[in-house]
Amino acid sequence: MLKNRHIQGWLQASPLTLILIGFLILPIITIVVVSFWQATEFSIIPAFSLENYQFLFGSPVTYKVFFATFKYALITWAMTLAIGFTVAYYLAFHIRSQTMQIALFLLCTIPFWTSNIIRMISWIPFLGRNGIANSALQSWGIIDQPLEWLLYSDFSVILAFVHLYTLFMVVPIFNTMTRIDHSLIEAARDNGASGFQTLIHVIFPLTKPGIMIGTIFVLTLVMGDFITVRFMSGSQKANVGRLISNDIALLQYPSAAATAVILLITVLIVIGILLRFVDIRKEL
Amino acid sequence: MRTGKDLELVTLTKRYGVTTAVDSINYVFQNGTYVCLLGPSGCGKSTTLRMIAGHESVSDGSILLDGFDISHLPPAKRGTAMMFQSYALFPHLNVRDNVAFSLRMKGVDKAERNKAAGEMLELVHMTDFADRLPAQLSGGQQQRVALARALVTKPRVLLLDEPLSALDPFLRIKVRAELKRIQRELGITFLHVTHGQDEALALADEIVVMNNAVIEQAGPAREVWNTPKTEFVARFMGGHNVISLEGAKVALRADEVLLGEAGLPATVTSVEYQGAHVAMTSMTDHGEEVLALVPEEQFFLSPKNPGDAVRLAWDEGRLHRLQA
Repeated sequence: MLKNRHIQGWLQASPLTLILIGFLILPIITIVVVSFWQATEFSIIPAFSLENYQFLFGSPVTYKVFFATFKYALITWAMTLAIGFTVAYYLAFHIRSQTMQIALFLLCTIPFWTSNIIRMISWIPFLGRNGIANSALQSWGIIDQPLEWLLYSDFSVILAFVHLYTLFMVVPIFNTMTRIDHSLIEAARDNGASGFQTLIHVIFPLTKPGIMIGTIFVLTLVMGDFITVRFMSGSQKANVGRLISNDIALLQYPSAAATAVILLITVLIVIGILLRFVDIRKEL
Repeated sequence: MRTGKDLELVTLTKRYGVTTAVDSINYVFQNGTYVCLLGPSGCGKSTTLRMIAGHESVSDGSILLDGFDISHLPPAKRGTAMMFQSYALFPHLNVRDNVAFSLRMKGVDKAERNKAAGEMLELVHMTDFADRLPAQLSGGQQQRVALARALVTKPRVLLLDEPLSALDPFLRIKVRAELKRIQRELGITFLHVTHGQDEALALADEIVVMNNAVIEQAGPAREVWNTPKTEFVARFMGGHNVISLEGAKVALRADEVLLGEAGLPATVTSVEYQGAHVAMTSMTDHGEEVLALVPEEQFFLSPKNPGDAVRLAWDEGRLHRLQA
């Protein structure tokens, strides 16, 4: 009987296990294996070699590009957090009726009905040299010359990131906030906490798991992205994703795989550090 | 006795749109008494408490404490503290930090606020649990922490919103003895909202019975129970029969109904043995139900069965005329 139950348990877990093995574990193993292969301009040689990694760690470009990736991730994270927390706070604590809450929440998701690329590209006529932003600022007399840094710059890249990914911060934070018992807010008020003190000492600590989940979303999305950086910087800026995509375009799969492995490890380390701080298990 | 330090409600009113939750009530809660606000759900007792606490705005009238109008002050500036029905302990703070929360908000330094929290935890016998999180405590323990947290602000009036409703019956009796002890020790006013008349009778120096947004009757516990003024109070407090005699409603305590040779004719509908008493329900000829609690020894001298005709009597002066 006991043995029977043992088998049953494995059987029940097997569909998910198979899917994870087939679509997650095997591809990662493949990438790791390929990252140790050699390649020339014309051929890929399946022989063990450390040359991809030696080249990667020996090149100053790698460090610059990883630094740029972290910079994008950090700034985007800070901005999506600020906006996401504010929006979620407003929805959760200032909108009284639940119908209104749901309606406004759905409103936030409307931009997601179009593809990322379209949302990105639609910034271009807005931010361009003779775009809406520049001509408006000029006609108001705020600037004489068009602002060059609006488009094809770090600014436009981060703007697009923030635009694309803020919702990934809003959703988990909103979800955590709606679970906060309103009598806790009243209790804080009863104990003499001002609105700001309640925010800092009660709402913020209780929202941490949601913030952490949003953070993981945003960091992994931004650190793995290549298309946003390419479009919004006019191919003038680079991050790790673009490094990989360039290698693939040149059919340098082993080198791309090695970069991917390093990126994966980096992201996992970052998430590992984050999880040390906050227990998100309650939220899942 | 008025001391000038009392809590006073003056034509206190709460309206939500067209409905009136609390309708112009007046009352003086004397300093240092244990008062129970008693009534069925929706009668306005909780709203009254929340208005006194400052968690609900006042539509009309005022709340005076110590002679000052506190109706528009923020909760923490009123000299009141509230203990919530669900306790509302901060789940991310340990017991000590929960109790010290209000002092931290005031900017009291750590050593001092921990000392004050320690004293309060001692009062509620929770010193050993200071480092635990609320989730690691039982319901009764959480309740004590909530009490300590409310008391650490040194309130003049403690407001308790159905504090025992989340506890199991056994614990409820233990905790209510505890509440009474702490109220005696501190000598401050406790204002306790409940819908259980047994809880109110057990705890209260004074009971305020509310119904339909107004105070039906208020006074010392014994007075309210022994001389209900209205049919509602008589029925709600329990232990009373309400019968019509000579065109007026009267209340008669169930344990003062006598079975005799002469009296009001009635038919027995059910008999229940309850140990010390036998609860005999009978129906009068006017179709009114009368409960008689007869001492068991007396009952079994001449036992009655459902269907038997009986005559209900009572001693002179035991009937209370009720206001229509």
